[in-house]
Amino acid sequence: MNSKDFYIDSFKKFESKLNGESKLFIHQLRKEALKQFETSNFPTQKNEEWKYTDVSPIVRQSFIPAVNAVQVSFSKEEVGKYLFKDVDCHLLVFINGLFSEELSLINELPKGVVVGNLRNLSKENPGSIEKYFGKLSKIENSFNSLNAAYSVDGLVAIVPDGKIVEKPIQVLYLNSSANEEVLSSPRNLIVAGKNSQVSVIANYRGVSDKSYLSNNVTEVFVDEYAVVSVYKIQNELDEAYHIEKVQAKQGKNSVFNHYNIAFGGAIVRNDINAVHNGENIETHYYGLYMINGKQHVDNHTFVDHAKPNCMSNELYKGILDENARGVFNGKIIVRQDAQKTNAYQQNKTILLSKSATIDTKPQLEIFADDVKCSHGATVGHLDEVSEFYIRSRGVPQELAKSMLIRAFANDVIETIKIEPLKEQINHMIFEHLHKIEVNNE
Amino acid sequence: MLSIKNLQATVDGKEILNGINLEIKAGEIHAIMGPNGSGKSTLANVLTGNKSYEVTNGEVSFVDKDLLEMNPETRAREGMFLAFQYPIEIPGVSNATFLKTALNEVRKYKGLEELTPKQFLDMLKEKAKALGMDESMISRYVNVGFSGGEKKRNEILQMLMLQPKFVLLDETDSGLDIDALKIVSNGVNIYKNPNTAFLVVTHYQRLLNYIVPDYVHVLYKGRIIKSGTKELALELEERGYDWLVAEQAEVV
Repeated sequence: MNSKDFYIDSFKKFESKLNGESKLFIHQLRKEALKQFETSNFPTQKNEEWKYTDVSPIVRQSFIPAVNAVQVSFSKEEVGKYLFKDVDCHLLVFINGLFSEELSLINELPKGVVVGNLRNLSKENPGSIEKYFGKLSKIENSFNSLNAAYSVDGLVAIVPDGKIVEKPIQVLYLNSSANEEVLSSPRNLIVAGKNSQVSVIANYRGVSDKSYLSNNVTEVFVDEYAVVSVYKIQNELDEAYHIEKVQAKQGKNSVFNHYNIAFGGAIVRNDINAVHNGENIETHYYGLYMINGKQHVDNHTFVDHAKPNCMSNELYKGILDENARGVFNGKIIVRQDAQKTNAYQQNKTILLSKSATIDTKPQLEIFADDVKCSHGATVGHLDEVSEFYIRSRGVPQELAKSMLIRAFANDVIETIKIEPLKEQINHMIFEHLHKIEVNNE
Repeated sequence: MLSIKNLQATVDGKEILNGINLEIKAGEIHAIMGPNGSGKSTLANVLTGNKSYEVTNGEVSFVDKDLLEMNPETRAREGMFLAFQYPIEIPGVSNATFLKTALNEVRKYKGLEELTPKQFLDMLKEKAKALGMDESMISRYVNVGFSGGEKKRNEILQMLMLQPKFVLLDETDSGLDIDALKIVSNGVNIYKNPNTAFLVVTHYQRLLNYIVPDYVHVLYKGRIIKSGTKELALELEERGYDWLVAEQAEVV
């Protein structure tokens, strides 16, 4: 049985486990998504958007949907190893995309703020979910429809008008299995009402000998004057497959910050899309991809400047070693109506080995005439003169290189506003450079 | 301390050093002068182990060890220090972090304990003060946004912190106004002691008013064509290099 038939076939077993839940509106959406999945195909390299990323290794395998798989349990101590520490936060833990109540800790929240998981909330408060679920993310390929068909669980954060969630929400997506290859399908929903604020730390980790597929969709509603920050740190196993589509919609005077720190996997693909639906909007994209071995990371970003007087700023930096492969595609559309747009984009990559490769493609489509737009893409090597300078002070070569790499990454890292998070990401960078573990204690 | 015998070196296959012989003892200050392209900076880079320069012949012994066998970091840990002509900017790495890393590497090599953060900071503040540097530079990124003079001063600060045995100053005076020149020279003079030696590479005599050499050597086409005392520097200032070059031509 090929994987497509496997996923279609597995749906029956999945439904049989749902009991009463199969009557919920969300299940109707799943069934529709499955229909779309049946008639669509996984993207191939003939598709321009997937030209540099061959997903056939994913398609060849049949991953068992997490709801049908053997459940893996973790203790708080075990999970603690994977968390960002010293961050005063609300914590939600998903194991293979399924919520773990006992490992999560949601502190007191301002009145009316909802932070929880999709599965419980679609039972307890279906109205609030129905209003937003699936409204932004249109199904564009089989990964999207597969996510929607198996969208059992995920983060839900709904912040009403004028409310500020001061502590960030840390979401640990831990993927693990005993002895099978699992499909996890987190479906996340972040809704920020007018003049509200919320930050999410999306922490993706893996512990498994087995390969797995983490196939995510995240919808982000950023209403007028709201500020939403999403910090995604994807630090998974070399065997992991990871796909995420982020679809954001911004109202006037809102700010959306998206950080995408990727330490790789066998294949990682991010689609990060923001659509402007008002004036004076800001969108900030920061990315760092740091990969080695045979890892492959593909970042596709998109800002749709539909209205006047908005700005977007994007900085993506990559460090590629060994046979790693990077892809960057940064698309910006400035529509005819979007006069006085400021759009900046930069992609810089350092190749540490002869066999590492990057395909980088800025894609600007400008239909307005009074705009400021710039883009730049550079690919280079570590500067030997700088390396010599550091070594000439007694610092060993490996450490000199790592200093220069951290210096290179710093433009991105220093924009992170949560100090302990910034520090721990710096540790992760160090660990990846030296293939050692930094003790955070 | 440093003994150079028949040193020859090339850059991109082009011969730059053509048989240098030089003996430098502890406590001495030597100056190397010469016109542009004579090989002054090459000598400094070869001695500190810049791999863009290839040694094709000759021997260099430093504190009775084969210098040319050592990588740059080992040379530094043995006590070799180059104040760069063009110091490098390292965004994202603070002066404090950089110096602490370097100093602890050097100390580790010598079998000394690492400094505590307080010991280190006290030392850094003291040295910075001696050079008239603002304390805020401690947390600034290495040389990022520094003026030419600040960068040179930062090189001298690194020297004071690392306490090398042998210091190469590569055109440290270039681009410095007289005040900065005095501060930098003062830093060198504070540090000067019977156990250290200096090799001052310079194009102009000016610096040698402040850092007074025991010996002056003239480098031309990759060879030392004349050696003398500090008076030679004054003579060069007055007469230029041409008379020496002519003299050299007669000899050949």
